[in-house]
Amino acid sequence: MNAYWKKCLLCLLLLTPLAATANAGPPVIVIKASKFLFQPSKIELKKGQTVILEFTSSDRMHGFSLPDFAVRADIEPGKPMRVSFTPDKAGSFAFRCDIFCGDGHEEMAGEIIVRDEG
Amino acid sequence: MTHLIDRRKFLHLAGIGGGVAFVSGLGFDVFAADGLTDGLDFYFVQLSDTHWGFKGEDKNPDAAGTLQKAVAAVNALDKQPDFVVFTGDLTHTTDDAQERRRRMAEFKAIVSELKVKQVKFIPGEHDASLDKGEAYQAFFGDLHYSFNHKGIHFIALDNVSDPAAQLGQAQLDWLKVDLQALAANTPIVVLTHRPLFDLYAKWDWTTRDGQQAIDLLMAFENVVVFYGHIHQEHHHVTGHIPHHAAKSLIFPLPAPGSVPKRVPIPWDSAKPYNGLGFRNIEAYPWKNYRIEEKAIIKGETL
Repeated sequence: MNAYWKKCLLCLLLLTPLAATANAGPPVIVIKASKFLFQPSKIELKKGQTVILEFTSSDRMHGFSLPDFAVRADIEPGKPMRVSFTPDKAGSFAFRCDIFCGDGHEEMAGEIIVRDEG
Repeated sequence: MTHLIDRRKFLHLAGIGGGVAFVSGLGFDVFAADGLTDGLDFYFVQLSDTHWGFKGEDKNPDAAGTLQKAVAAVNALDKQPDFVVFTGDLTHTTDDAQERRRRMAEFKAIVSELKVKQVKFIPGEHDASLDKGEAYQAFFGDLHYSFNHKGIHFIALDNVSDPAAQLGQAQLDWLKVDLQALAANTPIVVLTHRPLFDLYAKWDWTTRDGQQAIDLLMAFENVVVFYGHIHQEHHHVTGHIPHHAAKSLIFPLPAPGSVPKRVPIPWDSAKPYNGLGFRNIEAYPWKNYRIEEKAIIKGETL
């Protein structure tokens, strides 16, 4: 396993327990995945502010991959997946589906814009 | 240098002289003069990403005819290759299982027109991800396998039938066993679809556990990887292992990270088939490969 995927796995292992207690804390951003789009596909966040990304799928298995922050998740239908995320750098960062899901898979992508409001 | 001249003569006779790219980091001339390869030189042809069944006038208005032109171009080579390999995405994906099989049957019928009858296939995600390779295996055989040819050990790896783009532990275990039988200096050619290394994760141009395969291969002195998926010629080295991506036969994609979105480069009617092609790979067992990129239409510039 290379460094990138190790980092992803570690990130998920560390972050999944946080999701269970997220209701009391950080805001939850629900991201719906379906063939072949994320809704919303453009998400604006503040640098340093922790949010919970909650993923749901309405049709089949999708993936969420945000390589700039080594964040990834499997999104199974009927099983909402939560990931705690604290962006530590400002800018525009692409995310995409990384589980092949069909003809529009290559276009299934979005963008997280992190604003530095410090 | 005598051997080098002999090889040029060979290339001329084979009709593949001119425009040859030297891609080995090991030094052609050094190995050309070592005398180890006499009688063993051969070449094979790599075709990739044919996406049979794709429709998109702005990307390739001849989507229903490009594969046949590629087959004709290979058949027109003066000296025929020892074998031909298709490195994945033979067909364009469809959710319809019947249509998937129809496309595979059509593809197979078209490539049966190749003069060369030894044809190897590798699955791409468009062929095998949605049904875990079930239809692919019915038409083209095993998802991963190995074979020997004139002193080279060829290994075909499947990094697509798992839709998460990973080889998986079972295949890695198989690879480990396959390699155990080989001496450390055995020339090895790996054929696969996706890059085994992290070429550009933002566009998902990776294999999740590809590094584990590379780690196993690192113990061997003479390994080269030929792959597809990214629809363009690309060369990269991890450690001492070169990785060479092939052009597509349907539409080209932009260089990794060169544009914000990974979208096909539109068809240019002033330069039809621009960016498409296949390649001849001339193999000199004991350390060297010589790649020549070929246009689909004779006389087209690359």
